[in-house]
Amino acid sequence: MGYRVKAEVMDASAIDRALTRIAHEILESNKGADNIALAGILTRGAFVAQRLAERIKRIEGADVPVGSIDISFYRDDLATRINPEVHRTDIPFDVEGRDVILVDDVLYTGRTIRAAMDAIMDYGRPCSVQLAVLVDRGHRELPIRADYVGKNVPTSRRERVKVTVVEHDDADSAVILEQTEGDV
Amino acid sequence: MLSCKHIMTMDDLTPEDIVTILDTADSFKEVNERRIKKLPTLRGRTVVNLFLEPSTRTRTSFEIAAKRLSADGLNFTASASATVKGESLRDTAATLSAMACDLVVVRHKYAGAPQMLAECMDAHIVNGGDGVNQHPTQALLDLFTMREKLGHLEGLTVGIVGDICHSRVAGSLVPALRKVGARPIIIAPKMLMPARPDILGAEVAYSLDEVLPELDVAYMLRVQFERAAQMPFPSNREYARFYGMNAARLGSAKPGMIVMHPGPMNRGVEISSEVADSPRSHVLDQVNAGVAVRMAVMYLLLGGADSGAAA
Repeated sequence: MGYRVKAEVMDASAIDRALTRIAHEILESNKGADNIALAGILTRGAFVAQRLAERIKRIEGADVPVGSIDISFYRDDLATRINPEVHRTDIPFDVEGRDVILVDDVLYTGRTIRAAMDAIMDYGRPCSVQLAVLVDRGHRELPIRADYVGKNVPTSRRERVKVTVVEHDDADSAVILEQTEGDV
Repeated sequence: MLSCKHIMTMDDLTPEDIVTILDTADSFKEVNERRIKKLPTLRGRTVVNLFLEPSTRTRTSFEIAAKRLSADGLNFTASASATVKGESLRDTAATLSAMACDLVVVRHKYAGAPQMLAECMDAHIVNGGDGVNQHPTQALLDLFTMREKLGHLEGLTVGIVGDICHSRVAGSLVPALRKVGARPIIIAPKMLMPARPDILGAEVAYSLDEVLPELDVAYMLRVQFERAAQMPFPSNREYARFYGMNAARLGSAKPGMIVMHPGPMNRGVEISSEVADSPRSHVLDQVNAGVAVRMAVMYLLLGGADSGAAA
């Protein structure tokens, strides 16, 4: 099945501005950086989390701990497929009593976030779990919403949303991909 | 995903499968360092440990691995199952099949028992040691430990020392090392070499001291007195003098050489206590890796589309 770019919904500067705003919002609603920790969902969420931590450092001067979560072992569709490449989960902070902010690039069905919440709970009992995403594309299948959103993007289920980050890909962008003609 | 349905011998695994298992095991190792060492990954799957030959570490290792993945585990041992009433392996397999087990780990005193089970069951079969043939998950956890301690596998020279002729560990480790580009050397007195040592596919040496300076890993095998028809050498002291790992030998080895042993150890025979308890010995790291590697094997065999009853 082929895909082609339908539209770019965020370019590098839009992503940059969104991250700065989200960093401010996180600090505002948590009244500072004292009790927060960021947990990025692999692969790209981890890079977004790292960048949010840098912003927070710039704004508040505080070092916020950053972890990364691989949700492969918590998926609800293991019976039909498994992730060919599993990475190490790395939570270098004590989850107990923290305000943990999950970070991902795209929020879609909510199933990944459900898995990530289960993963976090296995490390302890956080004070709260919040969610920051770069793009919310709708079509939730679980009662999950994001606390911090870079951009709401209406999409159809037939489309895909692809976020790229310079640390992992070649540029910062968010695009909608649509299936090419003739393919179903 | 692995390229095979069963892991009965190292021949079932491609070099890519081996890397996939070791990489996945690395993630599971992190889980084993957590306070809550439990994942929901294999909820609702049933894993049977069919151990028809004595075993502590392999059986408990598979059992812990299954539990940490939330699979339901059953343990069959020879003394506590219908095999003592004369039930054949084929009938035991049919019984387990009727209970819809997803994966069976089998240890048996006869080589080929896992293949026979695979023929008459739908479940995935993992060989937990069959006679003097193979013990593939042991070889995988050994590779994991070598890679973790030495950083790579390709080009390593690994001396497998001792009771080669009774060793299913050597039977799996030699082909495993060859698949990942390492260089296995089997080292033993003639009495403990198989009749045709060349067919294993390793280099053959009869003197430990001659090859010792080349080794990156000294893998000491347990002398399996219980399998030997008669005492295979004049005395334990003589064996230890020529083939045992001791402090003096460590001194003439490469400074970075590590010592491994599949356990249980005959202290004072193939390995001195001084070496066994030294930081150069990674026996307990091997045991630790065993749980993670077995979790990886179960996860990779049971996850995915074509693994029997879908959830």
